[in-house]
Amino acid sequence: MATSNLVREPAQPPAPSARPARPARRKFDLREKPQLWLVPTVFVVVVLAWEYGVQLIGVDEYVLPLPSSVVESLWQQLGDDQFWGHFWVTTQEALLGFVIGVGAALLLGTFISQIKIVEATLMPYIVAFQTVPKVALAPLFVVWFGFGLTSKVVMAAVISFFPMLVNVIEGLRAADADKIQMLTVFGASKTQIFRMVRLPSALPFIFAGLDIGIVFAILGAVVGEFIGAKEGLGYLLLQTNYNFDIAGMFAVLVVLSVMGLVAHFVIRLLQKRLAFWAEDTKVIGA
Amino acid sequence: MAIKATARRAQTQAPASVSEDSWIEIDGLDKEYRPRKSAPTQALSDINLTVRRGEFISVVGPSGCGKTTLLKILAGLSPKSGGAVRIAGRDVTKPLPEVGMVFQAPTLLPWRTIFDNVMVPAEIQRLDPRRHRERAQQLLEMVGLNGFEQKYPHELSGGMQQRAGICRALVHDPAVLLMDEPFGALDAMTREYMNVELLRIWQESNQTIVLVTHSIPEAVFLSDRVVVLSPRPGRIAEVLDIDLERPRDLGVMSSDRAGVYVERIRRHFNAAGVID
Repeated sequence: MATSNLVREPAQPPAPSARPARPARRKFDLREKPQLWLVPTVFVVVVLAWEYGVQLIGVDEYVLPLPSSVVESLWQQLGDDQFWGHFWVTTQEALLGFVIGVGAALLLGTFISQIKIVEATLMPYIVAFQTVPKVALAPLFVVWFGFGLTSKVVMAAVISFFPMLVNVIEGLRAADADKIQMLTVFGASKTQIFRMVRLPSALPFIFAGLDIGIVFAILGAVVGEFIGAKEGLGYLLLQTNYNFDIAGMFAVLVVLSVMGLVAHFVIRLLQKRLAFWAEDTKVIGA
Repeated sequence: MAIKATARRAQTQAPASVSEDSWIEIDGLDKEYRPRKSAPTQALSDINLTVRRGEFISVVGPSGCGKTTLLKILAGLSPKSGGAVRIAGRDVTKPLPEVGMVFQAPTLLPWRTIFDNVMVPAEIQRLDPRRHRERAQQLLEMVGLNGFEQKYPHELSGGMQQRAGICRALVHDPAVLLMDEPFGALDAMTREYMNVELLRIWQESNQTIVLVTHSIPEAVFLSDRVVVLSPRPGRIAEVLDIDLERPRDLGVMSSDRAGVYVERIRRHFNAAGVID
């Protein structure tokens, strides 16, 4: 190799957002990350204030239960096979609906963003449908698809479909003109440009759509169960309500929140793996 | 280290009639922009230029004179309004596989490693992966990026990214290398270093280079000939032979002759009343 007598430019230390910064992130440095103790502290303060505030003012158990009774009820539920039956029903409905809704949005979004005439024709309808409050369709779906699994899956699919669709369309449009021009100079076809630039550029948007979509899918399943069902966490929520078991209701709400949180973190984890270059890209929240 | 530039020549070889003296031919080139609602603007007018194979040509001119337009036409990105443009005997109507391009920004794909970025043209043109992986490796070594192959672009400095961009432009062994102000975004020190580096790459790979630049000293330092464009509509004001000994180092720029060239080009800019 020919050597130049100029000193080689040293490799600059990677930017703060760069990946090699990982080890530092693992360290529990309370001074640099005050949220590590602030977040749990707020939780403890709120729960304590709730526990003793409720007792002090003398609010009835069936209006606002004590956190301790909620925990007790939750413990009881978790030991109950019937509860797990409800849990799996809702999980199944939400996941199936999510996969169908998000899959359809991916296909339609790709189709719309790639073909101008399709976009021009369909966009007004999509905008019109988007303004329809989707939960208002739940009674209709129960009439159409019955009290079983299907109506809830359809509800979950419809409700997770739109935010995903908007993100897919926007994401596939987000590719840098410079990068497309670069590929064009080297002779890339439309398909190659799609695969090499448009799709990866859309990934952060797609993950934003998935993130919202999974939470919406759980919402859709629960709303579907409210309207007409014989099982599921939404059904359980209504049952506890009828029985004035407010602590039991709160316990179910806690379980639903945890479901949403777990799904959210799974998607974030996938995003960090697959769209590692764009952790801070701004995407639409829909 | 000499890059084996001959391996793929057979493929990029022009029709036998093409002389190495007219590797790039620009003949009466006109370019007019016709926006729908306003009057057309003439960007380039009657450009005539012939470039030898292996020659290093720079294009300078005041802002808005159409230098980048000229390069985009050569790259097949922008249609011409009149005249003819041929590279290695082929009419340029769309991007040719014989052309490599370096852009103002490195324009690397952030989701690909440096090595995979360099391989982009070979992948697009479906060239033999094994041979071109080897070539990509050689090029990266030549620009001093060995050890950085598996890094991602954001882990490299701007100068290193631009060097990766140069490797990418060369990986498919193009007959012509087009460069659009490739060092404009770099600081002065890195820029000088990159100029020396570019000369070395050019000498080792024997490409034909057309460089658009804002910097008159850079054009003089690097080129065999400097093409000076006039303000809009861009016409060729002068084509200046740079008769400085090769191989050159930065010291050559303090010579009297280099100073005369720089002055002479600058006078065109002053006459046009534009300080670039």
